[in-house]
Amino acid sequence: MARVGIITFPGTNCERETLRAFASVAGVEALPLWHRGELEDGLDLIVLPGGFSYGDYLRAGSVARFSPLMEQVIQFAHEGGYVLGICNGFQILAESGLLPGALIRNRNLRFISRNLTVRVERTDVPWTCACTKGQLLTIPVAHGDGNYVDHAEDFAQSDEAGQVLLRYCDSNGELTDAANPNGSMGHTAGIMNAAGNVFGLMPHPERAMTDRVGGGDGRILLQGIVQWVDDHSAGEESE
Amino acid sequence: MNDIWSEHGLTQEEFKRICDELGREPNRVELGICGALWSEHCSYKSSRRWLATLPTEGEHVVEGPGENAGIVRLAGDCCIAFKIESHNHPSFIEPYHGAATGVGGILRDVFTMGARPIANLNSLRFGQPDNERTPYLLNGVVRGIADYGNCMGVPTVAGEASFMPCYDNNILVNAMTVGVVSEPGIFRGYASGVGNPVFYVGSSTGMDGIHGATMSSASFDEDVGEQRPAVQVGDPFTEKLLLEACLELMDSGAVVGIQDMGAAGLTSSSFEMASRAESGMNLYLDRVPMRQDGMGPYELMLSESQERMLMVLERGKEQVAHDIFNKWDLNVVEIGEVAEGNSIRCYWHDELAAELPVRLLVDDAPKLDRPHQAAPERLALWDQPDGAAADIGDLAEPLGQLLSHPSLADKSWIYNQYDSTVQANTVIESGSDAAVIWVPDAQKAIAVTVEGNSRMVYLSPRNGAAQIVAEGIRNLACVGAVPLGTTDCLNFGNPERPEYFWEFVEAIGGLAEGLSQMDAPIVGGNVSLYNETTGVGIWPTPTVGFVGRVDVDLDRLPAGNWTTEGLTVVRLGNPPRTIAGSAYQDLVLGNVCGNLPVPDWDELRAIQALMVDAIQAGLVTACHDVAEGGLAVALAEMCLPGGTGLQIDQPPADIAGWFGECGQSIVVATEPGNLQAFLAKAQEHGVAAQSLGTTGGDRLVANGIMDIGIAALRAPWRTAIPSLVKEEV
Repeated sequence: MARVGIITFPGTNCERETLRAFASVAGVEALPLWHRGELEDGLDLIVLPGGFSYGDYLRAGSVARFSPLMEQVIQFAHEGGYVLGICNGFQILAESGLLPGALIRNRNLRFISRNLTVRVERTDVPWTCACTKGQLLTIPVAHGDGNYVDHAEDFAQSDEAGQVLLRYCDSNGELTDAANPNGSMGHTAGIMNAAGNVFGLMPHPERAMTDRVGGGDGRILLQGIVQWVDDHSAGEESE
Repeated sequence: MNDIWSEHGLTQEEFKRICDELGREPNRVELGICGALWSEHCSYKSSRRWLATLPTEGEHVVEGPGENAGIVRLAGDCCIAFKIESHNHPSFIEPYHGAATGVGGILRDVFTMGARPIANLNSLRFGQPDNERTPYLLNGVVRGIADYGNCMGVPTVAGEASFMPCYDNNILVNAMTVGVVSEPGIFRGYASGVGNPVFYVGSSTGMDGIHGATMSSASFDEDVGEQRPAVQVGDPFTEKLLLEACLELMDSGAVVGIQDMGAAGLTSSSFEMASRAESGMNLYLDRVPMRQDGMGPYELMLSESQERMLMVLERGKEQVAHDIFNKWDLNVVEIGEVAEGNSIRCYWHDELAAELPVRLLVDDAPKLDRPHQAAPERLALWDQPDGAAADIGDLAEPLGQLLSHPSLADKSWIYNQYDSTVQANTVIESGSDAAVIWVPDAQKAIAVTVEGNSRMVYLSPRNGAAQIVAEGIRNLACVGAVPLGTTDCLNFGNPERPEYFWEFVEAIGGLAEGLSQMDAPIVGGNVSLYNETTGVGIWPTPTVGFVGRVDVDLDRLPAGNWTTEGLTVVRLGNPPRTIAGSAYQDLVLGNVCGNLPVPDWDELRAIQALMVDAIQAGLVTACHDVAEGGLAVALAEMCLPGGTGLQIDQPPADIAGWFGECGQSIVVATEPGNLQAFLAKAQEHGVAAQSLGTTGGDRLVANGIMDIGIAALRAPWRTAIPSLVKEEV
């Protein structure tokens, strides 16, 4: 049984469907975590869901990063624990320094809500292990600050190291400029840290869990993640 | 305008009545309260007697008009709370905050009932595309709606936008919220139980929005910019916290009654809660959390600062409220108690600052019987020929002209800025006839849509309003849904002018007729009068929000357009016989006239039943309602998104058949193998079904009448709105 903790910060607004999505994956115990609480022992995965933590009034994710629970999440990640950030969660992880780079205003300066195609770049990592290399996934995005940037040399390094796991592409898998919704460097839709235990993505897999709503491509990602952390987590070893 | 009464929007006669009832002259605080509560916006003094004629009862109705929002039953205990409201004047003065706080206000109305908001809709009316303020207003309004709804985590799933000269100086922003609530968890705005504490929760009170209610009850003159301080400023983050804290507290069993501080803030919430419970209230205003110095009872009672609620709790459960609101970092202050009698007493540092009887100001507020009389020029329009007798000619040009007008063009520039998928229950979103939202608690889906058509209502207020109802029903039918209930937002001109008030009275008559015919009772709504600038009123614009129950399996839901070749395309319903009140008549021929018919309700009921039946039987691959622009535009809209064309073999015989909007028509595309079964069902339901042609190719072709490449039609359709705001696609 994989224990997945899902954090609510003030202003988080995707925690309910993220809990529901993980709970719908076989073999998951999904636990809500409050930003002022304590991290429970034995968590296999911590998820920072989407939303507008603290209203994103200063800069997306910049205040949540100082929330009491985040100190423990940073510690958890440094000890090798698996941490996933979706949308605003990705922004918080970048602000926390757990992920490289930063997310700035979309290049058209507008909020973008659309169903988009992303290409899977590699599959030998926890986050995309249920996909095939080059697979195209259709998953909704909904963000105002999803333009991924980093210093050119730093980005080249993360890109070279294979940390970019998902890229925005057209329906043929091509990285055309028109298929890059927000101007992200290297078409980056999702990137992991160098150690591979922290991953952030702008698309919302929890909104693509069934044929009825959003299609099922988000389920492929979440099922794979759950399977991997269940097989590999520190929690498992200590039991 | 120097009398003390007119400064507060009261007439001399109203002022005299207040003095007589009180046995004295009201002080300044009391006068401010009276002015706000007796404003058109709060008292509905012109409209109340007419609103009472709308149908409000039905088998699904749980809560009718009079509460913060209406409620209908979806299945078992699972109910749907919803309401539409205008924020027109504020949005014209300051589009971003005006629209944002419009969304914030309607969200509060819904979660005040104990419901969790699950969908937002909006209906927008702007001035003509080349008006110099239109891009600024469009940009600001869309951003305001987006920033508020997106931050709240409520998907915006449907809406409409049009651009007409009559809104050049008075845009319309109508916002609707739909929420879900389990019946035992419904809350109402009652201040009951003498001795129970009255709590103020949410944001602190500032000077913003003072006199907002009276502003919304007057016409604009030329210096609208000077009214900017009367517009409120929105904070969706605080509202999100307020939503979570309120629902958590309601769940705890500590809440007796709750009401949003909307128009006229603390004044209307306290008086209306006391009125419903026939109770009184003592308020200690110096305890209200304040954002700035220098505020006194007058400002506190009239401020329209956003994100605030008034609650009556059960005595002894105060600590529960403190714990929950402290958890969410929100103000929670006991500012008074429910009292004997039926008066509101406001204290300021132990001194009585105002004492007013509730009944006088709420139940016994003025109820006017305003004169209403049609302008003879308007009635004369009905006798003019509609122009449909002309030869058809080449349709390519008028069709291109219609599709490239921002009112009919692709709206994705607007709705792609709204988060439509948050909460992960959106089955069908904007860009369709109706949105479909899955409701997990009921294991059923609802369909929602909002409709208005000021062109038709201008021409014939009664029949035009009835046609709006018919269109809403057709939109629901396209996703296999039947109505549970409706909400109306009545945007009209100055009620003191008999020719404008005639439009109001007639339109209510048309709505009442249509909603009764189609069993779609009104459960709540809002009236916005005085939509005029320098003496010129808008075209009458009632908008109606529909909530329906989807009665088909979701895997059978048809698409709104076709993407494959070889489908047979059928028009359901008899073709319209006039172009009166159509977009073609207005935008291509340049006039609006003729005889606008009453919808054929029997035919509409038959089409509604047929659509549910045929969709459930899996016979409908794609369908789309024939509305603005008529059949020609409907067919083009089904070609444009997918790029697949249509060969029309049996074209309509006349201009009315191509562009008329008064038939009860739906276009259906079926697989050839399903055609016979579909036609048999149409016959069974007694619905006329005319086969038009077959999908395929990349052109829209009707021999001798038009032959247009889909790509050539698509470019101007897609770029019309982005280029209006000077953006590239």
